[in-house]
Amino acid sequence: MRLTCTVNGTEQQVDDVWEGESLLYVLRERMGLPGSKNACEQGECGSCTVYLDGVPVCSCLVPAGQAEGCEVGTVEGMATEDSLHPVQQAFLDAGAVQCGFCTPGLLVATDDLLARSLADGGGPPGDEEIREALAGNLCRCTGYEKILDAVKLAASRMAESAR
Amino acid sequence: MRFLQPTTWAEALEAKAAHPDAVAVAGGTDVMVAVNFGRLRPAALLDLTRVAELQEWAPDDGTVRLGAGVPYARVISELGDRLPGLAMASRTIGSPQIRNRGTVGGNLATASPAGDAHPALLAADAEVEVASVRGTRRIPVTDFYTGVKRSALADDELIAAVLVTPPSGPQQYSKIGTRNAMVIAVAAFGLALHPDRGAVGTGIGSAAPTPRRATAAEEFLAGELAGAGLWESRAELPAATAARFGELVATAASPIDDVRGTAAYRVHALSVMARRTLTWAWADYRTAQEV
Repeated sequence: MRLTCTVNGTEQQVDDVWEGESLLYVLRERMGLPGSKNACEQGECGSCTVYLDGVPVCSCLVPAGQAEGCEVGTVEGMATEDSLHPVQQAFLDAGAVQCGFCTPGLLVATDDLLARSLADGGGPPGDEEIREALAGNLCRCTGYEKILDAVKLAASRMAESAR
Repeated sequence: MRFLQPTTWAEALEAKAAHPDAVAVAGGTDVMVAVNFGRLRPAALLDLTRVAELQEWAPDDGTVRLGAGVPYARVISELGDRLPGLAMASRTIGSPQIRNRGTVGGNLATASPAGDAHPALLAADAEVEVASVRGTRRIPVTDFYTGVKRSALADDELIAAVLVTPPSGPQQYSKIGTRNAMVIAVAAFGLALHPDRGAVGTGIGSAAPTPRRATAAEEFLAGELAGAGLWESRAELPAATAARFGELVATAASPIDDVRGTAAYRVHALSVMARRTLTWAWADYRTAQEV
């Protein structure tokens, strides 16, 4: 089947999509967007997290046809030509990236968390809130401490620049 | 494989009638796991996410009619006050990504004994509204589960909604797993106190071939509460009553040993969860304003 959707603001159209194919497969193998990672294929690890119409989802569990006409946002859409997204920069600065496989999913999940908590002048999220928001993203390298540091760093920088 | 994408409920029912071997998919959190691992190759996927009627909930004749396609995230954010037991169960499910997509309708359709919504639905005496081109029927949730991952749903039927009555008393939910997130229940328990009719509701998860009620425990506790006038006095619940309730809940289970836990552990865990949830619920009842 043919699939048409908007990915990171650009309309994409691909043909010969198998009806049982996941959105993750389409992104990686048909659209040349391998940022979202394929690990568990059962929604356990979060490394394939993307936005589907603004909502973070495991793209491995989205039948591709459900994305027809939808807006998809992936990690590739976060940085601009000139600079990394503040969440990406904070992950680098805090040393929250080791092997990097979980990083794209964590970046999207963190971006969603901070967009919600900083909206309307809200404060940075607390530890509990961060842990809950990132509970669906597994990291087997860092032990999560540096990731928590990165989220807090990004939150403070983004709150500062929003002032 | 075909990909069917109806945009109205009538179209969805016609599609299911024409393709009874189509597998309905909403959030994909069960169906796509099976497809990704090659365990499921249906003749067609019937996508229900475009059917607006399924994405709504509304008060309906004293109950809340929860559309089958409402994701857990919305049950939590929009129905925490009206359906507290189901909202508690929903908070234990998966991760934010899973709760953004997974639905109560999908939990029912999969009918896994480990499905997290089931104990809460059982305790609350929910009804499942199913439909086909032949018509609509309502099935008490107790009768919905017929075996491991089997339900009363006919081949041409789809789940339209679940009807849950907002509670007259406290509800509680408890689930055991290796961590707080991304866990399939080792065992789970849902409890509802119904002071308006002097009744007790229970639901056992992950400890029998189907989700099931602990009827003897319900009758025992309702009898104790009525016999001692506790519904009216709101006095302290005797510890022995809570302990006996826990034992009777455990007796209702018929678990197996599997990778997540042993049968003996599940039985023990259920007795503890039942006693604890009753203690919490009774404490809530004692401090609640009389209505």
